[in-house]
Amino acid sequence: MEFAVPWSSLLGGILLGASALLLLLFNGKVAGISGIIGGLISPEKQDFLWRLLFLLGMMGGGWLAIQFLGITFPSDFSASPMVIIIAGLFVGLGSGLGNGCTSGHGICGIGRLSVRSIAATCTFMAVAAVTVFIRLHVM
Amino acid sequence: MFYIISLLTGLIFGIGMALSGMIDPAVVIAFLDVAGEWNPALMFVMGGALLVFIPGYQLLIKKRQQPFIAAKWSLNSLKALDRPLIIGAALFGLGWGILGVCPGPAVTSMLAGNSDVWLFMVAMIAGLFISQKLKQKIN
Repeated sequence: MEFAVPWSSLLGGILLGASALLLLLFNGKVAGISGIIGGLISPEKQDFLWRLLFLLGMMGGGWLAIQFLGITFPSDFSASPMVIIIAGLFVGLGSGLGNGCTSGHGICGIGRLSVRSIAATCTFMAVAAVTVFIRLHVM
Repeated sequence: MFYIISLLTGLIFGIGMALSGMIDPAVVIAFLDVAGEWNPALMFVMGGALLVFIPGYQLLIKKRQQPFIAAKWSLNSLKALDRPLIIGAALFGLGWGILGVCPGPAVTSMLAGNSDVWLFMVAMIAGLFISQKLKQKIN
């Protein structure tokens, strides 16, 4: 069986890990994107600007990747507005209640061997896989 | 300095997200679709991130009293595997499995000319807002 290592994905992952490590080492903050956005909704004192800057940096990074690295982003999600809204609501509600998403639990949490994050990551991976299975192979 | 680090790590995070392939929901769904033509790309994303983060955390962060340029670590100290964590992670997995989009790739795609991302972001922020109201009620 032929197998090609997705080098771009590996390099992307290394950059995600490096970013999260530097943000924690220098600023003491967790690079969990749902958490960073959540803190913008009800900001505490001195806790607003760094979040905004991190998110603007991310948008800028995506833009730079398009302009200079030749990365192509999808031009739409090929789903109806209703499906997009429902998915967005669940993603926001779930990551808010569960204190994290793929980055916060999957990288930073697992990265410091937190049992909560390992449990959360296993749960959302399993539920997402079952959801995809039902959507693609049952419905 | 604190704010420069926030912006720079955000930029690295966005470039990493773009390179990783996670900005394309089709790549995410192909990873979650274990019964279909499985695409392992996301395993390499997470593997790459943890390859950097785990040793970095163990060697550089764990022994330090405080971050380089902040007074304290803003880390979640919860230990219990409680209901909000598992229910939240499950709801997050459901939303992730429906569309293949999570918060990191969504933010990274905001300047990529995909208007579906903005709809997703609005719904996700509404979901985060609801989760904060629910948490206030629980506590």
